[in-house]
Amino acid sequence: MGSVGPAELICQLLVGFSRSMILFVVCAGLSFVLGVLRVPNIAHGSLYMIGAFATFSLTKMFAGSVGFWIALIVAPLLVALVSLIAERALFCHLYQREHLMLLLFTFALSLIIGDLVKIVWGAEYRSVSAPALLKGSVSILGASFPRYNLFLILIGPLVAIALWLFTNKTKIGKISRAAAVDREMVGVLGINVSWVFAAAFVIGCYLAGVGGALVAPTVSITLGMDHTLIIEAFLIVIIGGLGNMWGALVGSLIFGVTHSFGVLFWPQFAIVFPYMAVVIVLLLRPKGLLKSVW
Amino acid sequence: MFTRMLRSRWFGPTAGIFIVLLILPLFAPRFYVYILALIYVTSLLAMSLNMVVGHGGMFQFHHAVFYGVGAYAVALMLTKTSMPIWVDFIAGPIVAAIIGLIIGWFCVRLSRLYFGMLQISLGSLIWAIVFRWYSFTGGDDGIHGIPMPSLLSSLNNSYYFILIILVICLIMMYMILKSPFGSTLQAIRDNPQRCEAVGINVRHYQLLGIVVATFFAGVAGVLFVVLEHSVFADLLFWTLSLEIFIMCLLGGWFTFAGPILGAAITVALRTFVGKYTEYWTLILGIMLILVIFFLPEGVMGFFQGLFKPGMKEVAERGK
Repeated sequence: MGSVGPAELICQLLVGFSRSMILFVVCAGLSFVLGVLRVPNIAHGSLYMIGAFATFSLTKMFAGSVGFWIALIVAPLLVALVSLIAERALFCHLYQREHLMLLLFTFALSLIIGDLVKIVWGAEYRSVSAPALLKGSVSILGASFPRYNLFLILIGPLVAIALWLFTNKTKIGKISRAAAVDREMVGVLGINVSWVFAAAFVIGCYLAGVGGALVAPTVSITLGMDHTLIIEAFLIVIIGGLGNMWGALVGSLIFGVTHSFGVLFWPQFAIVFPYMAVVIVLLLRPKGLLKSVW
Repeated sequence: MFTRMLRSRWFGPTAGIFIVLLILPLFAPRFYVYILALIYVTSLLAMSLNMVVGHGGMFQFHHAVFYGVGAYAVALMLTKTSMPIWVDFIAGPIVAAIIGLIIGWFCVRLSRLYFGMLQISLGSLIWAIVFRWYSFTGGDDGIHGIPMPSLLSSLNNSYYFILIILVICLIMMYMILKSPFGSTLQAIRDNPQRCEAVGINVRHYQLLGIVVATFFAGVAGVLFVVLEHSVFADLLFWTLSLEIFIMCLLGGWFTFAGPILGAAITVALRTFVGKYTEYWTLILGIMLILVIFFLPEGVMGFFQGLFKPGMKEVAERGK
């Protein structure tokens, strides 16, 4: 603890924001799937892990800082492909089942993906270095702040705007929102709901891949990162309001900022703070802060 | 109640199995005795979850917390206090039930998925505290080498202790589920609105169901400590909660003994498949998908359906 100057405070706030943005990208995808398909997708975390590992491989494959930029584009597409295969081969046959079965199916999927990742990439810790453009740090009020985190803070709102434009301005986005509210009605209008669901699922999982690619330079990539992430992502989506993208943003900010202030003031119990915040929010507003689409 | 149990069709085979299990440690290798004991502990945990999920219809998403709390309570009592040994052992289930009461009190006011999510968040809070509080719970290292009374120090003795406690708990659970309380719980699962209408205090019953189930989860936690002489924070992690869910699914939700079968399958899979390949969760995942697609009522439910076509309708009603 000790004395905490305003520079540290602001820096820590920014660190919290940058972590929130990664969480937001992942949670926006999770929330989107939850809103349209009504399925809490536990495999979302595993897809995020694939994104991170794929980024590692791609940066290795292409030497220099161009590798990261390629990975940032290719890795999420790879994740989207995996999710498309899983959805069309297995998941789409289960939509009529009860919730619990769908939930357990996604858990089974996450177990399988977890082991496949172990087979492909092994159990060692991996790390990715940030591209040259984003290496090093800038000085904010005399305290140094990593450049890559600034990049994350910029990317988060971009994703939010892109997703907002997609769901509100494009036809498929509107259809998917309609399917979330009343899937029978959408089917009656002659739209193939099964493919709408597939598209929504793949887009959500694509965002998980983007999150995985973005997080790669900031953490050590390892097995088990899926399990720690998915529980946080679920809680964020719940406190924000199910299926509400802005809710995911608010939830991510709450989660990230409480965690980073926890690190500043009481490092040992830093991870307790976000959970505490979540519990307080849920006790006051059990259905989330913003309106849920359910 | 007892006479009904004695007259049950299942009584003969069950008693037979019990006697076999009782004499097994006399000639079975140590390793198998240990695995069997682990299956008993896990079965009790899965059965306690099934009480609330299968019979109570509640989304108890973070059941492992109560298991872990029970285990930590007895471990801390044994290492940090000098109370009589039976007090330590009783403390596990009691603390678990108290935590169950507190968490349940918040959760029963919500429905379905929100219930489960609030429970996950409260449970994760407890996990996070246990995970980081090094000075008290040992943090992520856990507590190892917990002193046990000399009576329970040998593996065979703990095997018998676990088996006897398991049987007592199973009889208690059976009686609870067949009692008016158990029937009410199942009625609430099938139609909460109607139960409310006939004057049943739904939340009150659900809360009581949670407390009873968490009590048994705490017993399972104590038995885990008896077997392993150690506790660690992973006991409260949410992946374990989902694993217990899988056990219930594999065995069958709406059967009494299904979770035992599911626990046995899971533990055996981890032990024996885990010996040949490190990718046993891959096999578990594939098995789970096969069960979801082809045997949604679980292995036990499937066989009961073969013998008793009526059971299937009962299971259908539960959805």
